[in-house]
Amino acid sequence: MIKGNFIDNLPKVYGIYTGGFIGFIVLMAIGESMGMTAKAIGICFVGFTIFIYALIGWLSRTAQASNYYVAGRTVPTVFNGMATAADWMSGASFVAMAGGIYFKGYGYMALLVGWTGGYVLVATLLAPYLRKFGCYTVPDFVGTRYGGNTARLMAVIVLTVASFTYVTAQINATGTIAAVALDIPFQYAVYVGLVSILLCSMLGGMRGVTWTQVAQYIVLIIAYLLPVFWISNNIGAGFFPHFMLADEVARIGELEQQFGFVKNSAADLATVPKGLAGITKAHSEVNATPWAFISLALAMMMGTASLPHVMMRFFTTPSVKAARKSVGWSVFFIFLLYSSAPMLATLSKLALIDPNLPTGIIGKSIAEVQAIDWYQNWNQANLMFVSDFNGNGTVELNEFFMGGKAVVLATPEIAGLPYVISGLVAAGGLAAAMSTADGLILAIANAISHDVYYKMVDPKAETAKRLVVARVLLVVIGFAGATIAAMEIQGILGSVIWAFDFAMSGLFWPLVLGVWWKRANKEGAIAGMVLGLVSGFAYLVWVRSGGSGFLGITQLTFGIFGSTVSLVAMVVVSLMTSAPSAATQKMVDDSRVPAGASVIGGQK
Amino acid sequence: MAKNAQHWEKTRGLLFVTLAIWAVFSMGIFLFGAEMNEVTGPFGYPLTYWFTCQGSLAIFVILIFWFAGRQEKIDEEFGFSEKGDD
Repeated sequence: MIKGNFIDNLPKVYGIYTGGFIGFIVLMAIGESMGMTAKAIGICFVGFTIFIYALIGWLSRTAQASNYYVAGRTVPTVFNGMATAADWMSGASFVAMAGGIYFKGYGYMALLVGWTGGYVLVATLLAPYLRKFGCYTVPDFVGTRYGGNTARLMAVIVLTVASFTYVTAQINATGTIAAVALDIPFQYAVYVGLVSILLCSMLGGMRGVTWTQVAQYIVLIIAYLLPVFWISNNIGAGFFPHFMLADEVARIGELEQQFGFVKNSAADLATVPKGLAGITKAHSEVNATPWAFISLALAMMMGTASLPHVMMRFFTTPSVKAARKSVGWSVFFIFLLYSSAPMLATLSKLALIDPNLPTGIIGKSIAEVQAIDWYQNWNQANLMFVSDFNGNGTVELNEFFMGGKAVVLATPEIAGLPYVISGLVAAGGLAAAMSTADGLILAIANAISHDVYYKMVDPKAETAKRLVVARVLLVVIGFAGATIAAMEIQGILGSVIWAFDFAMSGLFWPLVLGVWWKRANKEGAIAGMVLGLVSGFAYLVWVRSGGSGFLGITQLTFGIFGSTVSLVAMVVVSLMTSAPSAATQKMVDDSRVPAGASVIGGQK
Repeated sequence: MAKNAQHWEKTRGLLFVTLAIWAVFSMGIFLFGAEMNEVTGPFGYPLTYWFTCQGSLAIFVILIFWFAGRQEKIDEEFGFSEKGDD
C-alpha cells in the first residue's frame, strides 16, 4: 500500500483521512448530544487518534537504510511542509503560546517573529546545500565536510544536548495530556505517551515519522483553528477573526485604561497558587525595549537554522529545488497556527474582562464568579483563581489569575462551545507534542546509530544490523527522556528556548561556514563547536546563579553569546591552520551546483 | 569553472538581497516599535502589533517562495537545474 503509487495518491489518501477525522468529530458531537460523558469523549479522541498514528507507523515499516533515515527521499514539497510544521510546532506552541501572548504581549511575540523568520535562514543558507550533500544526518554533513571523527562526534554531542533538552519537554506535554484525557497518574501517563511516540517511529524510521507527522498536522491545525473561528463568532467578534479583531484589540486597550494596572503586594501574591498569573501588561502596546525584542527574535532565528530535527526534514525531498520550496510550505503551514494564536489571546482576554459581555467576570461580585460552572472546573484544575485583595467584594483586574495553558484549554468552554471541542483540543495538543517528540528522538537516535556506530565503531555493519542498532537506540533514548520527564524538573517553555540557544551556540557557524566559506577547516569547526557550546553553557550557568550578564543577554538569549564565541573561534583557528584539502574544496564546489548526483554519493 | 563562478556570484547576490529583506522585517522595523505602533496598520490593528501577529510572518512566507523561484531561474540560466518536478 505504501509503495510506488502511494506518493501519487497522497492528496487522495490524506483527503479521505481529513474527511474521516471531520466525520469522527461530528460523530462525537452527536454522541455528546445523546448523553456521552465528557470523559468518554476525551478517551475516544485520544484513543482514536493514537490508533491511527500507530497504524500509519506500522504500514510504513521498512528494512532499507535510505527509507529509515531519509524516507527514501521521495516526500513531495507540500507534504514535507506539513510534516515539518508538525515536527516544528511542539506541545508548547500549541498549548502555551496563546497564553504567553495573553500575559506578556509584545515582548513575547518576538518568538512568533523568530520562529518563522528563522526559516528564511534555513532556505537561503543551509537546506538546499545540505540536501545536495546527500547526508543522512546533520553530523553526517559536519563529518563529511570537515573530515575526521572528532568533528563528527562533536556535532553529535551538540545535537544531543540541544535535542534532549527539548524532547523531555515534549514527552512531559504528551504525558500531561494523556493523564488528563485518560484519567491516569502522570507518572504512568508519561510512559503511555512514550509508547505511542515509539509506535510511530520504530518500524518505519523517518518514513513512518513523515507520514504520521502529516496526519498529526491535519489534526492539530483543525483542533486549533476550529475553536478560534467558533469563539469569534460566538462572542460576536467577527466571522474571520484574523481580519476583524481591530475593534476588540482597541476595546481591550480602553478597558486596561479604565481598570488600570494595580500592583499587588508581595503578601497578596503569595496567596495565589503557583504557576498562575494576572494581567499586568498592555495587550497591544510595545512593552519591551528594541534590543530585548530583537535579541530574542535573533536567537530564535539562528536557533531554528541550527536544530537538526528540522534540518533533517529537508533531506527527505526528491531534489534540491524541492528542498527550497518545501521550506516555503513549512512556514506557510506554521503561519496558519502562529497567526491565530494572538487572535485567540485577544478573544480569550476580551471574553473574560469585558463587563459588557455575558462571560466577563471583572466587576462581578466574587461570590457570583465563584459560582460559575467553568470557573469551578478550572479552579479545581489549578488554572484559575480569584481573590478579594482590596475587600470590596467585586473582582478587579488585578484580582483575577489564570494559568498560561488555560487560554487554549478553557476559552472554548468559557465562550460556550460544546465539550466535543475540548476533546478535539486535547487530541490536537497531543498530536503537536507527539510529532515533535518523534522528530527529536529520531534525530538523536539516527545521529548515534549512523554517525557514531556505523561511521566510527563498525563501518562494515550490514544494513539489517544497523537498523537494529538504530531501533534499540530509539527505545533507549525515548525511555531516558521519559524518565527525566517523569521527574518534572523543568517548565515546558524554559527548556524549549534553551534548546534553541544550545543548538545555535554549537552548530550555527560550523554549518553555515561549511557551505559558504571554503577556507573553513576541521580545526576551526572543532574549535567553533567546543568553545561555542562551552561558553554558551557557562553563560547560562552564570546568569542562572545570579550573574548580571552583559549587553542585555539573558538566560533566554545566551546563544547570542555562545554563537559569537563560536564564530570568532572558528575563523581564527581556521586561519591559523592549513586550508582544507583540494578534495574537500571540490566537495564544497559540488554542493553549490544543484544538478547532478549527491556529493557524498553511495547512500542515495 | 568560469560558469560555476558566475553562477555562484549570482547566487550570492540573491542571498544578500533576501537576507537584507529578512533583516528589515525581522529586526529593523522593531527598532522603531514604539513609534510605529502609533500608526494604524492593515485591518485597523496598531502597526507594530500587526507586524508581530501577521505582517512579518506573512512576509517571510512570501520571501521564501520568491527566493526559491529566483534561485531556480539562476540555476536554469546556467543549465544547473535538476530534471523532473517536485
